[in-house]
Amino acid sequence: MVSLDWYVVLSLIIFFIGMFGFLSRRNIIMMLISIELMLNAVNISFVAYSHYIGDMAGHIMVFLIIAVAASEAAIGLALVILMVRNKETIFVDGLKELKW
Amino acid sequence: MQVPDLIPVVPEILMTILVLSLLVIDLFIKQKEYIAVYTVVGSLLVIISVFYCTGVTFKGMFVADSYSIFFKMIFLINVIFAAIISVEYLKKRASLYGEYYVLLVFATIGMMIMASAGNLIVLYLGLELMALSTYVLAGIIRTDGLSTEAAVKYFLLGAFSSAILLYGISLLYGITGSLDIREIGLYIAKEGIINNKLLLLGLVFFITSFGFKIAAAPFHMWTPDVYHGAPTSITAFMSVGPKAAAFAIFGRVFMIVFPALSGSWVNLLIPIAILTMAVGNIVALAQTNIKRMLAYSSIAHAGYALLGIIAASNEGLSAMMNYMLIYLFMNVGAFILVIMLNNQAKVGDSIHDYRGLSKSNPLAAFLMLIIMFSLTGIPPTAGFMGKLYLFMAVVNAGYGWLAVVAVIFSAISAFYYLRIVMFMFMNESIEEVKLSLVDVNGLLLIIVVFMVLFIGVNPQPFVELARLAIL
Repeated sequence: MVSLDWYVVLSLIIFFIGMFGFLSRRNIIMMLISIELMLNAVNISFVAYSHYIGDMAGHIMVFLIIAVAASEAAIGLALVILMVRNKETIFVDGLKELKW
Repeated sequence: MQVPDLIPVVPEILMTILVLSLLVIDLFIKQKEYIAVYTVVGSLLVIISVFYCTGVTFKGMFVADSYSIFFKMIFLINVIFAAIISVEYLKKRASLYGEYYVLLVFATIGMMIMASAGNLIVLYLGLELMALSTYVLAGIIRTDGLSTEAAVKYFLLGAFSSAILLYGISLLYGITGSLDIREIGLYIAKEGIINNKLLLLGLVFFITSFGFKIAAAPFHMWTPDVYHGAPTSITAFMSVGPKAAAFAIFGRVFMIVFPALSGSWVNLLIPIAILTMAVGNIVALAQTNIKRMLAYSSIAHAGYALLGIIAASNEGLSAMMNYMLIYLFMNVGAFILVIMLNNQAKVGDSIHDYRGLSKSNPLAAFLMLIIMFSLTGIPPTAGFMGKLYLFMAVVNAGYGWLAVVAVIFSAISAFYYLRIVMFMFMNESIEEVKLSLVDVNGLLLIIVVFMVLFIGVNPQPFVELARLAIL
């Protein structure tokens, strides 16, 4: 049996990979994918804790996170389309009209 | 199956009915102003219902106590203001959609759920409902590049911060085995695990993510860009609503879940509060765009309100709540005048557009003067009373030096607020602007200024209301 620690470490690693991806990528689609990676790392840790504790609340939270992540992706992609229309780029470097 | 007690959730149910009926009515009504009227009337009815619907329901997941009622009052007044001031502004930009009001009300429902959350699941869902609606609202002017840029920036950083919050929640769940705020607090107090490293990591994640939402430095980077790029009516809406909602969960989570760790988080929050006041007040000095200046000022005000949480007492919490109510009136007041100027052709957001306003519009300039005095914190305005109670709370908690620091930054803020006043009263105007105070925006401005003065002269009933509302 795989112990809880492994899952926690796995989720931490994936979470920080996602965080690194978000901070280093310049393409908005890749940044969205990195956020999904972070959310799914959270899901892994919720399911692992939930199984370990024997409590169902964690499973419910995971379903809700998946649902919210889907709506978040929908809004994110809609904003990307808006950005392509107005600025003709999907790179965050194009977002430079507003500064200071 | 037992039916849960639905009385405490009646305001949220009424708001949901309002928003669904808005979606349907939008199909039949071409004059979108009527939708604004409908939103305002509906929200007024919900304000009345808020005071009668108290209790705990859904097995402690939803708590309608006096703490949440106070915040719900703030959110509903805020949505009424936003609905009124949007009409003319968005019409001029051909963006007055019915969906705009749907999203406004949805965001308000999210805030109300956040204020009442007794469980971290509910807290997260309320937060996302609020945040997702606000992202879209920031980008509602579809043809405007600035609006789009603001929405994309807000979305990316907001989604990032909610992912961080979620990891904090999952750590808390793993350590304590519960998602109920009260149970987690009891577990931490009972087991005495205040030195648990994972718990401290979870605490840091919570502070980071809440810091994003209240725009505290060093997590404030999105604020000026988003407040500048978003439509001004939405800037007015989201500089009060989401911030007050974030303070509501900040207070509830930190006072119930982490009271045993208050030594740790007070030490983390003190540098954040000082940095927030410093960044907000000092960078605001250099701004020439009034929306951007008000964005930095809103960062600074978040720093002041954080003092109430640092006090870690009921007194501090009620001072923070009182300050959010006062901030609602003075901030919306400032944005109403910005919107009134925006609505005039040829007038932009630059602070130089305020030159000589007192010659052409003496009454409007005088009202702006009172609001600027209030934002600075000069008696007899409400801003002074709000700051007074906050500083008293923080002194009583034993951080007298922090109050001195806050007063110094407050004095610095006088420079950029009073610069607007100077432009209005002591400079010649470049361009004649004629503002009308007899339309809805003008009347709203007069009401707001009246409230600012009324709370400033007679703060007792509002302070009592906030004092009753402690956790």
